[in-house]
Amino acid sequence: MSAIKPINQKAWWLVLPVVICVAFSAVLPLMTVVNYSLQDIISPERRVFVGTEWFAAVMRDEDLHAALWRQLTFSLAVLTVEIPLGIMLALSMPARGWKASAVLVIVALSLLIPWNVVGTIWQIFGRTDIGLLGAMLEKMGFDYSYTGNATQAWLTVLTMDVWHWTPLVALLCYAGLRSIPDAYYQAARIDGASKFAVFRYIQLPKMRGVLMIAVLLRFMDSFMIYTEPFVLTGGGPGNATTFLSEFLTQKAVGQFDVGPAAAFSLIYFLIILLLCFILYNWMQRVGTADKEGAGHE
Amino acid sequence: MARIDLDLAHSYLPDPQQDADYALLPLQMCFEDGGAYALLGPSGCGKTTMLNIMSGLLAPSRGSVKFDGEDVTQRSPQQRNIAQVFQFPVIYDTMTVADNLAFPLRNRKMPEAQIKKRVGEIAEMLELSGQLNRRAADLAADAKQKISLGRGLVRPDVSAVLFDEPLTVIDPHLKWQLRRKLKQIHHELKLTLIYVTHDQVEALTFADQVMVMTRGRAVQVGSADALFERPQHTFVGHFIGSPGMNFLPARAVGGTLEVAGRTLALPPNLALLGLPEGDLKLGIRPEYVALSAAGDPAALPVVVMQALDIGTHILLTGQSASSNLTIKARLSPELAAPQRGDTVWLRVLEAHTCFYKNEELIP
Amino acid sequence: MELTLQDISKKVGAQSWLYEMSLAPQRDAVTVLLGATQAGKTSLMRIMAGLDTPTKGFVRVDGKDVTGMPVRQRNVAMVYQQFINYPSLRVADNIASPLKLRGEKNVDQRVRALAAKLHIETLLDRYPAELSGGQQQRVALARALAKGAPLMLLDEPLVNLDYKLREELREELTQLFATSDSTVIYATTEPGEALLLGGYTAVMDAGELLQYGPTAEVFHAPQSLRVARAFSDPPMNLLGAAAVTLGVQLNSGPALSIPLPAETAKNLTASLTVGVRASALRLQARDGDVALPGVVELAEISGSDTFVHLTTAVGEVVAQLTGVHYFGLGAPLTLHLSPAQVYVFDAQGALLVAPQRPRGS
Repeated sequence: MSAIKPINQKAWWLVLPVVICVAFSAVLPLMTVVNYSLQDIISPERRVFVGTEWFAAVMRDEDLHAALWRQLTFSLAVLTVEIPLGIMLALSMPARGWKASAVLVIVALSLLIPWNVVGTIWQIFGRTDIGLLGAMLEKMGFDYSYTGNATQAWLTVLTMDVWHWTPLVALLCYAGLRSIPDAYYQAARIDGASKFAVFRYIQLPKMRGVLMIAVLLRFMDSFMIYTEPFVLTGGGPGNATTFLSEFLTQKAVGQFDVGPAAAFSLIYFLIILLLCFILYNWMQRVGTADKEGAGHE
Repeated sequence: MARIDLDLAHSYLPDPQQDADYALLPLQMCFEDGGAYALLGPSGCGKTTMLNIMSGLLAPSRGSVKFDGEDVTQRSPQQRNIAQVFQFPVIYDTMTVADNLAFPLRNRKMPEAQIKKRVGEIAEMLELSGQLNRRAADLAADAKQKISLGRGLVRPDVSAVLFDEPLTVIDPHLKWQLRRKLKQIHHELKLTLIYVTHDQVEALTFADQVMVMTRGRAVQVGSADALFERPQHTFVGHFIGSPGMNFLPARAVGGTLEVAGRTLALPPNLALLGLPEGDLKLGIRPEYVALSAAGDPAALPVVVMQALDIGTHILLTGQSASSNLTIKARLSPELAAPQRGDTVWLRVLEAHTCFYKNEELIP
Repeated sequence: MELTLQDISKKVGAQSWLYEMSLAPQRDAVTVLLGATQAGKTSLMRIMAGLDTPTKGFVRVDGKDVTGMPVRQRNVAMVYQQFINYPSLRVADNIASPLKLRGEKNVDQRVRALAAKLHIETLLDRYPAELSGGQQQRVALARALAKGAPLMLLDEPLVNLDYKLREELREELTQLFATSDSTVIYATTEPGEALLLGGYTAVMDAGELLQYGPTAEVFHAPQSLRVARAFSDPPMNLLGAAAVTLGVQLNSGPALSIPLPAETAKNLTASLTVGVRASALRLQARDGDVALPGVVELAEISGSDTFVHLTTAVGEVVAQLTGVHYFGLGAPLTLHLSPAQVYVFDAQGALLVAPQRPRGS
C-alpha cells in the first residue's frame, strides 16, 4: 500500500463557490447557446430541432466569410504595427530612477481608459468640426471622413487600437528587457558589437518569452474586438469595419436570427480556442527549449 | 599583449575626505606584459572596481590607466582591445558555438577565411572543436564559460584578458580542468591575464603574482610563496591559507617572549635581531605548528578540542591551557591522531614564525 | 528525531530524479549529502522536509508514517543557499517569527541569545536588505535555530559566500550543530566541506544513493569507483591495471604487490582500476615504494601545497605535494607511491582493496 494521501481535501470546499458562480454565469448560458444552435425558434412556443442545419448555413454564408476575412486582416495589421512599435517604445524607456517611474505611468495611461470611452474619445477626435485630428487633417487639405470613407475608417480604427493597446506590448517588453543582466551589454561592448547587433543577438532573444505573451494577448483581444469600433464607426461605412463580433451581434440581436447566431458564436469560440491552443503550445515548446539550454545555473 | 600601468584612486563621492570614502585608495601598480596576476580579496574590497577600471567599463575619479605607456583612461573597452570573462557565462543564445567565437572578428570585418581559421585554432585550444556547430545555449556551464573565454582569445591582438570570478558557477571537479586549461593558455599565448577572485586556491594556483586587497587597499603583492611564508600584514596571514595563520598575542620582555601566559625562550636568530617592546602578535601557520615533547621551551601546552581527519592531513584545534586562545595545527595523517581532551605540546617558535606590530610585519 | 526513508524514489514525467533508495540518517548528528549539482540532493531534501512526496516508498518520523503529510504539519527548519529572510521584517522580527507562531513567551530574550550565538546581536534593528551576504545567512540560520525543530535541513548554505567567510561560518556551524540536539542534514558539492563537517556522509550521484556511513570511513573506504570519484578533491588518479600473481600490474607500468582477495587473484585476465589519491604520491622514496617517472605538465602552487600534473607511462596523474616546489614545464620528475596506499577496484567498479589506516580517527 502506497501511503501517498492527497494533500488537503478542504481545498475543494473553498473552490465550490467559484464553481457555482462560473456555472451560473458561463456554463449554463453556454449550454443555452448550444441549445439555440440546434433548434429553429420560429416563435416562443414553436421550436423545431434542426440538428446541424444552422452550422451548415453559417459556413456557407458569404457575409460571414467577408466578416471573417476582414477580422483576420485587422488582427494581422494590429500585430504588425503594435509589436514592433511596442518593442521600440520599450527600448527607449529609461531603465531606472524617477524618470522610469514617471514614464511608466504616462505610458500606461491609455490602458486605464474604459473601452467605450476610448471609442468616444476617437469619435470626437476625428470629427472635422470639433475634433483636433479631424480639423488638422482638413486644414492640411485631406478630405477626411471616417464615416464616409471606408479606407479612412479602417485606418482610424487601427490607429485607435494602436493608441490604446501598444502600451501593453511596451510594458511587457520593458519587463523582459529589465531582466537582462548588465554583463551581457558589457560583453557586447567589449566584442565591438553595433547597437543593432546588440538588439538582434541579445535583447530580442531574451525578450522571446514576453513577446510570445504579447502576441498571444493582442491577437486574441483584437480577434474579439467589439466596443471600440462599435462606438467609433458603428460598423460602417456600410460594413467596412464590421468585424466578427459586431457581425455576430447584428445577427443575433439586430435580426434576431438566434439559431445561426448561436451556431456561429460556437464556431467563433472554437476558432479562438484552437488558435490559443496552437500559440500556447508553441510558446511552451520554445519555453522548455530555452530552459534546457540555460542548463544548470 | 600589453603592459598595464595603474596610478589612480577611485571614489564614488565627489569630494572624498577620509579613507572610508574611497572605493579604491590611491595605488600604483604595474602589470607586466604576458604576466598572470590575481586580485584576491573578500567581497567589497574593490577588486571588481579595479578590474572594471582596467577594462574601461568604469573611469577612475582620479589618476590614469596606461597600456604600453599610452594613456587609455578615456578610451572605451573596444578601443583598449581587452577581453573580459564574467562570473556567469555570457553567450549569444541564438548563435552556434562557431558563430559565437567568430562574432568579435565579424564585427571588425575580418575576411571569412581568416575568421574560420582563427576560430578553428581557438576551438582546438579550448577543446571545443567537436561542438562548433551546436547551438551555444544547449551546452553545459563550463563549456559556455570556455566560449566566453574563446570570444576574448579569438582576437589576435587582444591586449589583456580580465577574469571576474569566472569559476563561480562551475562544479568543483570541473574547476580543476578549467584552471589547468587557463594555465596552458597562458603558457601558449603569453597574454597578460588578470584574475579577480575571493578564492585563494584559484588565485594562488593561477597567478605568478597575487595582489591581496581589503577595503580598497592593496595590502601586499607577491608570489604565492612570498604571501604564504612572509605575509606583510596580519590580514594577508589570515586570508591566505586554509585555515589562516594562527595569531597569538605576545610581549617581548628582555630576552624572552611572553605568549599565552607562558614565557618562551627566543631562538638565537630572533634574540639577535631583537624584538620591539610592547604588544606584538606572533603569527605561525598551522602547517608549521608541530607536535613537540612536553616542556619544550618553544612550545605551548594545549588541550585538544577537536582532531578532524581531512583525508590529506589531521586538523587539530587546541585551546591554550592558560588563556582562551585557539591554535590550529596541520598534522600528518600517518601519525596517530590525539584524542579530544588530551594535552599536547605545540611548537610555535620556529623558522617560519613571524612577528607583527600594529598588524605590520616586523622584518 | 529518527527519520527513516524507505525505498523511496521520485519520478517526474519520464525522468527519474531519484532512484530507489533507503536512508536512515543518524539521529541527533550531522549527515552530509555529498554530490555534484543535479545529483538529487535538493530533491532528497525536499522529500525529507515534506515539500514533495516520493513517487514510491515511505517516509517515517519516529516510527510514524508521514509520507503524505504536508510540511506545515511536520516540524522542520530549512536554510537555503539564497539567504532567504522576510524582507519587510527587521532582523529581530525575522528571528522571532517561529517563536511567535508557536506562542512562546520570553521571545525577546531568546532572540537576543540566538543572535549572540551567531554574532549578529548588533544588527537586530536592521532590515535584511541592508546586510551583507554572510550576515543575511546568519539571520536565516538564527531563524532556523529559533524554530528548534528536531530536523534541520541546509541546502548548500555557504555556497554564495566568500571563501574565507565560508571557512568561518563552517566552523561556527560545526560548533552549533555539536551543541544542538537536532538531526542535521547538510547538502554540499565540495568533498572538503564534508570532511570538515565530520559526522556522517551520504554520497549521491545522478539520483542514486551510493554510500552512507561515518565521513572518514566513506572517504577512506569508498565502496565503488563512483564514490571514489565523487568524494575526492583533487580528483583521484584512476589507472588501468590487470591482476597478476602477487598483486596488480599497471597497464604500461610497474607492478605493485598488493594482496588481492582470493577470487580476483585467481582470475588473471581481469581488468582492474587502481586508484591513487593525489596526496599518496611522494617526492622522496621510502622502503617498498614503486617509482613513477614522468614529465611535468603543470605545477600549481597554492601556498601550503603544490599540485603537480605529470604525464607518465601509465597516464596523466595529479600529485599533491606538501610545501612549495618549483618545477619547470617539461622537466622530468619521478614520483613514488607505496602499494599499501593504493585502492583497487574491479571491472564493475566495486572496491576490492583499500589502504590500511593508522589506528584512531
